Amino acid sequence: MYGWIWRHLPGPWPAKLLAALILVAAVVALLFTVVFPWLEPRLPFTDVTVDAGAVTAVVPWPGHTRG
Amino acid sequence: MTVSPPTTERPRIGVVRGTVRTVGELLVTAGVLALLLVVYQLWWTNVQSAHATQVEQDQIVQQWRAADPVPAKRPKAVKPVAGKGFALLYIPRLKDKVWGLPVIEGVGLDVLAKGAGHYPGTAVPGAVGNFALAAHRATNNEPFADIDRLQAGDKVYVQTATGWYTYVLDRDKIVQPTDTWVIDPVPGKPGATPTQALITLTTCNPRWASYERWIWWGHLTHTRAASEGPPDRISGAL
Repeated sequence: MYGWIWRHLPGPWPAKLLAALILVAAVVALLFTVVFPWLEPRLPFTDVTVDAGAVTAVVPWPGHTRG
Repeated sequence: MTVSPPTTERPRIGVVRGTVRTVGELLVTAGVLALLLVVYQLWWTNVQSAHATQVEQDQIVQQWRAADPVPAKRPKAVKPVAGKGFALLYIPRLKDKVWGLPVIEGVGLDVLAKGAGHYPGTAVPGAVGNFALAAHRATNNEPFADIDRLQAGDKVYVQTATGWYTYVLDRDKIVQPTDTWVIDPVPGKPGATPTQALITLTTCNPRWASYERWIWWGHLTHTRAASEGPPDRISGAL
């Protein structure tokens, strides 16, 4: 997979390396600005409020519920 | 004798090796993605929220100066507007994070990313009833990270445009996320008419899992007008 990408990057190896770094930076930027902010409210780590509708779907161990 | 011409083609690998290699690459990629999510949660949300908190604090102070150039001689009840900051919170025990922390109307994640959220419909600072707040304990600037260090008797100061309110913490409790009674006007007595001005702090517990809520309750002890300046106990540190 990564080998395939490397072979399809144009130019000599320094150009390939630069393009590869830009690709990595673009992916990280997309993750930090779009994917992770979208994911964050769906993860059970950041709930701090009491709420009658709190989700109790994930039970870490019997006797406990999460919100 | 024939010599095969030099070729730039890579050596062909078998289907099994190719598949194993691709699966391996996907697994490594999944691991890197998970690590990046950890970096995002533990570092980047704090960077962003620290900045947003500062911006919000500056806005609140500027609005107060613009609305009341002369400090008010009598504290007035605030009228919170959804999504807008209306108070600043000071907790000496949590001074690293909760010192001029914006209090914003609402408890959505957008609000909690830049300060403490005020549960809509609960009392405003200084009023009889329950002034109920929520804030992050992990990620997003984590103002209540050290809630486990709070002790009964600790002071909580709330500054509004027109006054200063001093609360003293009384007791804490770990409850279920659905225990909304903790922010009732009289916690634990549904429907009761409040006679006291209370404060409630809510955050997650355990810190990194948040399937419970850590609650602190306190009561109002002093009210000062803005013209009188901040309470003596914290004025030196402002």
